[in-house]
Amino acid sequence: MNHGFVPTTNAIDKLVQEFNKLPGIGPKSAQRLAFHLLRAPEEQVEILAEAILTLKQKITLCSVCLNVTESDPCSLCRNDQRDRSAVCIVEQPQDILALEHTGIYKGLYHVLHGAISPTEGMGADDIRIKELISRLQDGRVKEIILATNPTLEGEQTALYLNHLISPLNIKVTRLARGLPFGTELEYADDITLTRAIEGRQEF
Amino acid sequence: MSKPRTYQTEAIIIKKTKLGEADRILTLYTPHLGKIQAVAKGVRRPKSKLSGHLELLTHSLISLARGRNLDTVTSSQTISSFLPLKSDLWLTSCALYVTELVNQFTVDHIENYPLFQVLQETMEELCRTDNRELILHYFELHLLNEVGYRPQLQQCVACQTLLEPTTNSFCPGSGGMLCPNCHHSQPFSYPLSVNAQKVLRLLQNSDYNTASRLKIDAKLSRELEKVIGNYLKYLLEREVKSAAWLDTLREETRAITSD
Repeated sequence: MNHGFVPTTNAIDKLVQEFNKLPGIGPKSAQRLAFHLLRAPEEQVEILAEAILTLKQKITLCSVCLNVTESDPCSLCRNDQRDRSAVCIVEQPQDILALEHTGIYKGLYHVLHGAISPTEGMGADDIRIKELISRLQDGRVKEIILATNPTLEGEQTALYLNHLISPLNIKVTRLARGLPFGTELEYADDITLTRAIEGRQEF
Repeated sequence: MSKPRTYQTEAIIIKKTKLGEADRILTLYTPHLGKIQAVAKGVRRPKSKLSGHLELLTHSLISLARGRNLDTVTSSQTISSFLPLKSDLWLTSCALYVTELVNQFTVDHIENYPLFQVLQETMEELCRTDNRELILHYFELHLLNEVGYRPQLQQCVACQTLLEPTTNSFCPGSGGMLCPNCHHSQPFSYPLSVNAQKVLRLLQNSDYNTASRLKIDAKLSRELEKVIGNYLKYLLEREVKSAAWLDTLREETRAITSD
C-alpha cells in the first residue's frame, strides 16, 4: 500500500495533496473531493476559492478578547448592550459559539487559545493569560467566569487562573459541573456525581 | 489456542491523545500487562458514558476488545478517581509529572507489577499529603529501583570503597556516587551534602510510612530536586516536560513566601 504522494505538477494530484493535509481527510476522501470539484460548475469552485482566501485575509484576532473577528474590536466587544463587568474565559473561539447559542450569557469573553497541559509542554506562557491579566487591571471587571473544559487540562487551567485572579479582588466563578441533559445516572462517574450532589439546587 | 477477543484489566490512565473527531488514544498502566495503548471511541462527546471513567489520572477497571492495531475500550468503571488530587493545582501537576515519568521509563506490554504498586501508592499518598516534594522524591527513587536504574549510593562506583560521611559527588553517567578521591575521574558530577546523601539512601530503601517522617528544609529540597532531576534527564536523554511546569509553580510559591 502506498499512502505517500510523490510531489507532482499535475493539478489534480496537487489538489489531492492539499486536501489530504486537512484534519480528518484521508487520501481517498481527498481524491473524492478533488474529483467532485473537477466536475462542479466553475462559479461554485470560484466561490469556494474566494471564501478560503478571504478567510485568511480578513479574519484577525480581536485586540480585546482575542476572539476571531473581521473587524477589530469584535462585534461582541463593541456591543454596548453587553455587561462589561463580567468576562467569561474559554479555551477556543468555538466555545464562544456554543455559549452564544444559548443566548443566556450577556457579558464579554476572553479566549485563551489552549489550556495548560504540562505533559505536552503547554505552560502558562503558551496560552493568552498575560492579555487577560492586563485586561483586568482597570478594575471594571467584577466577575470572571471560568468556562474551560471539564477535562484535567481545563480544570488545571481554571485552578491556575483562580490562583492568579483571586488576589485582584475580582469574584471568580466556575461553570457548574454536573450531569449532562439526556444521560443516565447509572453511567455517571464519581467526579461528576460528587460535583452534581455538591452543586444541587433547591427546586 | 487463540486469545479471547475481549479482556478486562485494572489500569491507571497515564496519557491521552486526541484521535479524529471524538476519539482518544489512551495510554494505560496496568498491573499485569504493563503499559498498553487503547482507543476510546466517542469519549470527547459530552454524553459519552465512558469519558468520566477514562479521564487522565483515574484508576479504573477497563474492558477491552482486541483490535488489529490497537485494542478498543468497551466499558469502564472507576475504582478511584483520586478526587482530592484533581481539585488542587499543585497536586494535579505533581501527579502529571509522576505519570509522565512512568510513561517515559516504560515500554509497551512489559509487565512490572511492583512499578504499578509504586504508581498507585504515590497517587494515593498525593491525595492525603501535605508534603508533596517528599512524595515526589520517594516516587522518583522507587521508580528508578523498579526500572533498573537504581543509583549506587553506598559505595563509590569507581573504587568500590564504602562512602565516608562527607561531601561526596553524584555522577549521573556512572549511575552513583563517587568518593572525593575518585570524583576527578568523571568530568560531570555534582557535590552532594551529607544530609542529602542520607535522605536519598533512606528514600531508596524504606517504605512510604518510614519515609514520610522525614523533615526536609527548603535548601535540602532544592539540592535533591537538582540531583535527581539531572539523573532522570541523563537517563531519558530529554527534558521531562511537566517538570518545567512544576518548576514554574515552585518559583511562584517561593516568590510569594519570600515576600
